[in-house]
Amino acid sequence: MSQNKGKAKIEVIEKYCKGCNICVAFCPTNVLEMDGFVVKVARLEECIKCMQCELRCPDFAIKVHDA
Amino acid sequence: MAYDYEKNIRPGKLPHIWCPGCGHGIAMKGLIRAMDTCGLDKNNTAMVSGIGCASRLPGYMDYCTLHTAHGRAAAFATGIKMAKPEMNVICVGGDGDGVAIGGNHFIHACRRNIDMTYVVFNNYIYGMTGGQFSPTTPTGDKASTTPYGNPDPTFDISKLAIGAGATFVARTTAFHATQIDKLIVQGIKHKGMAVIEVLDDCPTTYGRRNRFRSVVDMMKRLKDIAVPVAAAGKMSPEQLEGKVLTGVLHQEDRPEYCEQYTEVIKRAQAQSE
Ligand SMILES: Cc1ncc(C[n+]2csc(CCOP(=O)(O)OP(=O)(O)O)c2C)c(N)n1
Ligand code: SF4
Ligand code: SF4
Ligand code: SF4
Ligand SMILES: [Mg+2]
Repeated sequence: MSQNKGKAKIEVIEKYCKGCNICVAFCPTNVLEMDGFVVKVARLEECIKCMQCELRCPDFAIKVHDA
Repeated sequence: MAYDYEKNIRPGKLPHIWCPGCGHGIAMKGLIRAMDTCGLDKNNTAMVSGIGCASRLPGYMDYCTLHTAHGRAAAFATGIKMAKPEMNVICVGGDGDGVAIGGNHFIHACRRNIDMTYVVFNNYIYGMTGGQFSPTTPTGDKASTTPYGNPDPTFDISKLAIGAGATFVARTTAFHATQIDKLIVQGIKHKGMAVIEVLDDCPTTYGRRNRFRSVVDMMKRLKDIAVPVAAAGKMSPEQLEGKVLTGVLHQEDRPEYCEQYTEVIKRAQAQSE
């Protein structure tokens, strides 16, 4: 799954995501949300591309690309 | 922008086996970035581990890898480095593997100051086998083998490494993700035994038995306990209570073991001529 609008493009590799919630909890602008056991990009327009979610994801499951 | 980790990972190996929120994955990514930054040649770099959840790491990596016996990473790594001193040698393993069963090998590798980088993933527990207490489980905390609270005092792995003679010792946490690669880069570049302790979390066998209701609580704890060495100088003993120092804790120059051994070989050859 990838979404592409705004400044960033956030790619969630669903088959790797284990729903640990780390990326959701530490995103400074509340971009991400849990959707069952997988993370979803809820407010992409708020993303400031700080990379915190990608850096702290233990599962190689979220990538922040330039839009 | 997104980091390309996959080029360092053996094809088809992801997703890894670690539990949701296990800090080992965060530490692994830091290690990959560090190895990339140093431009290590895959065919000239050996990654060595013992047994445990952390010790599974080399199996994912597209480098020369050796998964050995429990606690013996440093011993096997010493053999590799002695046979092929030109190889980069990186050990990875847990607190249990490194300083419980493997404590002896660990301290003697430090004492010899052999040129390798040893990254310890300290999650305060024997994760793989169901949460028995390790030498770093905090006193009073619960483990499967200490249901009434752990009576043992703990090892400070970084202090142990310094005391045993490691010439580069640094510590960070899984929360401080970007510091992981910075410190490992310094460790890889250092000539001699470099120990980088990464404090991380095992939500499955440690967190849930203790006061952490979620993975996020465990990450917040890592954030709260870390004090950079530079800041610690300005803090009172009361303020430092329950904190751990992070950053480069020790660095010195001392003769490296393989070089010393080469001298021994030269002396022996000179005598036999
Ligand atoms: C000789 C021997 N003794 C005991 C074990 C069982 N064992 C496997 S992993 C492990 C502890 C691992 O703990 P740690 O190194 O902290 O790694 P973690 O799983 O926490 O990452 C133990 C005791 C073993 N495999 N071999
Ligand atoms: S890059 Fe930063 S702001 Fe954007 S989703 Fe990730 S943590 Fe949130
Ligand atoms: S940190 Fe990674 S594994 Fe955890 S919820 Fe976010 S994307 Fe999924
Ligand atoms: S048992 Fe603990 S150390 Fe092992 S994978 Fe699960 S969370 Fe990580
Ligand atoms: Mg452990």
